[in-house]
Amino acid sequence: MAGAEGDDSLYPIAVLIDELRNEDVQLRLNSIKKLSTIALALGVERTRTELLPFLTDTIYDEDEVLLALAEQLGSFTVLVGGPEFVHNLLPPLESLATVEETVVRDKAVESLRKISQEHSPVDLEVHFVPLVKRLASGDWFTSRTSACGLFSVCYPRVSSSVKADIRQHFRTLCSDDTPMVRRAAASKLGEFAKVLELDYVKSDIIPLFTALASDEQDSVRLLAVEAGVSIATLLPQEDLEALVMATLRQAAEDKSWRVRYMVADKFSELQKAVGPEITKTDLVPAFQNLLKDCEAEVRAAAANKVKVFCENLPEDSRETIIMTHILPCVKELVSDTNQHVKSALASVIMSLSTILGKDNTVEHLLPLFLVQLKDECPEVRLNIISNLDCVNEVIGIRQLSQSLLPAIVELAEDAKWRVRLAIIEYMPLLAGQLGVEFFDEKLNSLCMAWLIDHVFAIREAATCNLMKLVEKFGAVWAQNTIVPKVLGMANDSNYLHRMTTLFCINALSEVCGQEITTKHMLPVVLKMSTDQVANVRFNVARSLQKIGPVLDSSALQAEVKPVLEKLATDQDMDVKYFALEAISVLALA
Amino acid sequence: METPTKLPPSSPSSPTTGFSVPSAEKVDGFPRRSMRRARQRRSHSSSQFRYQSSQVELTPLPLLKDAPVAELHDLFCKKLQQCCVLFDFLDCVADLKGKEIKRAALNELVESVATSRGVLIEPLYPEAIKMISVNIFRTLPPSENPEFDPEEDEPALEASWPHLQLVYEFFLRFLESPDFQPSLAKRYVDQKFVLQLLELFDSEDPREREYLKTILHRVYGKLLGLRAYIRKQINNIFLRFIYETERFNGVAELLEILGSIINGFALPLKSEHKQFLVRVLIPLHTAKSLSIFHAQLAYCVVQFMEKDATVTEHIIRGLLRYWPKTCTQKEVMFLGEIEEILDVIEPSQFIRVQEPLFKQIAACISSPHFQVAERALYFWNNEYILSLIEENCQVILPLVFGTLYRVSKEHWNQTIISLIYNVLKTFMEMNSKLFDDLTASYKVEKQKELKKEKERAELWRNLEDLQDRRLQSLTEASRNQKNLQERENTTKSQSETSAANTT
Repeated sequence: MAGAEGDDSLYPIAVLIDELRNEDVQLRLNSIKKLSTIALALGVERTRTELLPFLTDTIYDEDEVLLALAEQLGSFTVLVGGPEFVHNLLPPLESLATVEETVVRDKAVESLRKISQEHSPVDLEVHFVPLVKRLASGDWFTSRTSACGLFSVCYPRVSSSVKADIRQHFRTLCSDDTPMVRRAAASKLGEFAKVLELDYVKSDIIPLFTALASDEQDSVRLLAVEAGVSIATLLPQEDLEALVMATLRQAAEDKSWRVRYMVADKFSELQKAVGPEITKTDLVPAFQNLLKDCEAEVRAAAANKVKVFCENLPEDSRETIIMTHILPCVKELVSDTNQHVKSALASVIMSLSTILGKDNTVEHLLPLFLVQLKDECPEVRLNIISNLDCVNEVIGIRQLSQSLLPAIVELAEDAKWRVRLAIIEYMPLLAGQLGVEFFDEKLNSLCMAWLIDHVFAIREAATCNLMKLVEKFGAVWAQNTIVPKVLGMANDSNYLHRMTTLFCINALSEVCGQEITTKHMLPVVLKMSTDQVANVRFNVARSLQKIGPVLDSSALQAEVKPVLEKLATDQDMDVKYFALEAISVLALA
Repeated sequence: METPTKLPPSSPSSPTTGFSVPSAEKVDGFPRRSMRRARQRRSHSSSQFRYQSSQVELTPLPLLKDAPVAELHDLFCKKLQQCCVLFDFLDCVADLKGKEIKRAALNELVESVATSRGVLIEPLYPEAIKMISVNIFRTLPPSENPEFDPEEDEPALEASWPHLQLVYEFFLRFLESPDFQPSLAKRYVDQKFVLQLLELFDSEDPREREYLKTILHRVYGKLLGLRAYIRKQINNIFLRFIYETERFNGVAELLEILGSIINGFALPLKSEHKQFLVRVLIPLHTAKSLSIFHAQLAYCVVQFMEKDATVTEHIIRGLLRYWPKTCTQKEVMFLGEIEEILDVIEPSQFIRVQEPLFKQIAACISSPHFQVAERALYFWNNEYILSLIEENCQVILPLVFGTLYRVSKEHWNQTIISLIYNVLKTFMEMNSKLFDDLTASYKVEKQKELKKEKERAELWRNLEDLQDRRLQSLTEASRNQKNLQERENTTKSQSETSAANTT
């Protein structure tokens, strides 16, 4: 270390601190981001005695600088001399945990949580816990909010008397005067419960949960829902009814839609936490109510959970519950007034067929699918089409194909290009399920029409789609059905369509194989090298580069090389560039 | 935004007259979103309706004005109870008869409270407050447009407004009645009631917020025991708006009420009020939707300064801290607010903030956005500000000179260049000697800055070299240690095996 000591004297702390105090925020920010460099230059001793006190004293800066500082300090342990000295980092982080700006505070808490693990149990009690207590009893809500996130990291590693103290402080924060702190406490309640001993969960956490879940502010109540789910997973089955169910039932019927939304959103987790019996007696009716809620937001959240909820129902009564309780609600949702609800449902409804089996699907679900396939909202139709594979497994897709076709055609011609793009992406899947005959008859022309769409993204997707179709149906099919049409476009008067031919060839050459490429595609590409539009010519060069590896060497030497050499002397610099690139990549020089 | 056709009488003093957002920022050459988007009027209804299980059939009661005096109060009470029935307004043809009966009853109640004396007797208070609570307190429905932009989009209007308006009108008349007795009302208009009232300020319907504003102002004026609580809850709403959600429709209305509350603060200012200024009002400037309530906010800030000049430094430094970095539209608003502040600043306070302030103003002058530069340069057209600058020319001129000189040569906008020439001319007339000195030393200063820049780069390069060397030696050290350990382990295991062999 002797050599290193010598370096230190080169950098008086004042110079470094000047950098951290520069008038220009951007420079200050840069310096803070390289704080580890400065600390390394100073060495661990002077970092502890000079740099950290400076940082603690001067915490009044732009939030952006403070954010960077809070982040840096989380990985500073080595720079202050290892775990033994890690508590030296606490004072600046404590100040940062009290600032107003949420992102800075959150980052400081994150760093504090991180370095708490590096404290020895003794240091934790001597340095860390007192910090948490100071924050928890701070004047302004910001420090109390920050404290909420720190209880769970120190609780497991301290003595039982300190534990009691920590529980007391958490209790106080749960009934804090300001809703901001109660929200923070509610959002950490589940996490804190997980590190507590079961007896204390029952004696301490349950009353807190009950109180927060009936807070006067809905923003607090809705956070309690999530905590409730975590708590339910911790409790033995026989205690659930007495300790949490009443509160959770009340949340599912809360007068604020935000709370009900939260219940719907956490429904699968809740279902897992309370087990099959309570699911049957309590959750089924609650779920029905959520599916019928008066607010569309809640219905949509619940509709999203239909599949998972049904899947996780106890096997012995699954089918009965779905048929008698869930399906009637689902039927109503199919004609909901709100499109988000319908589209949420459409994204999961198909998977019910796997659960219900062939007969029920044909009798009950199929009519619903058909209605949704005709829905006015494209998203609903798309969601149905994108999940066709579930139905295919159970009843085969033929049952649907009559209705499917008009829906696909309509989506394929939708005015919004994003909708067209989405349906293109399902084409290979559909083609696989509907079979080659049906495809040739009904869908092939659509796929070709997309190649001359006026939006590039659609033409690009259409090209890629062709490649996937050839992968499915094989090279012979390609040669008979699509290659002639693609090559025909090479003579189109629109240069964009001529380029599409090239893009298709790029995509298809590999899957079609050497013979088709050499015999049918290559001549067309070579012919296009004399196109009058430069963009077409340089794309010829790029295509040649792309299909080169598929060709044999005689074709490369005899046919490709002369054309590329000619293009390399083109007067357009882009054509030249790509021709030279192709020559070098194909090693034709 | 639509304003209610009939403004509630004697609304709180409106601060909007003092300041208006310069309309120039609207002419940026780009079509506004609203012009492209088809406007559509939406209306929504609260989720309260579903909680009424069985619909009661209303029957018309005799008119209040025909009632004999002895039965008046009883009838009044019955009408109040009748008005507790809620109707579904999304279905506009449902129960038209019932709706009409309730509307007529509400109209009568409003008129009776407003015109006749002696109606408001003690037993009516709980009934009246109950009727009001049942009608107005409801969970506001989710916004139909998740990206609702109050500046661009049409607000969703409350469907049940035909009744709701009359209920609000009744409440207002009730509070303003000469018979109104705060000592009786405070039993029913309590903290819980006020909290629910405040939550309604999030309503998207501007007509509703307008009523709420006047009503809350009356409550604040008449029920002294609730004042501190109301201020605290408004604080909470603002803090949540600033730090948690960035969504609350009634910020402007609440600020408007606060504007008149601040006006009435006693001197010296309590620390609670100063804290409100520094920790709530100033951070409110960071909100994305500042433009919607900036006029009201700036009014509050200036009110504070006029109350107590010693808060000036907190205000200016606070604004400088939250100065917008990328949003030029907000920057123009900040500059507008600074000018309002400078208009009433005390010269002694000005001296305390002039340095950081004029550094920021210089930065604004060099903004490539001409509206920002222009707004800053307009300060020199304000006579009071000009006199402050003149008094402190020795400090201010050196702060801005470099910027003025540079921008006068390179700004793209001709208007800005001519404005700068005017400012430079003003300075020359103020203090020609200082001006000449600065002109002469401009080049030298530039050189100095460049040199400093180089030194900084050098310092960091050295530091990073050092870091590399340190890290290298650290890894080497740890490798050595590891080797050492391994060697120890092998010798140990060797000795163990040899020990095992011997046995």
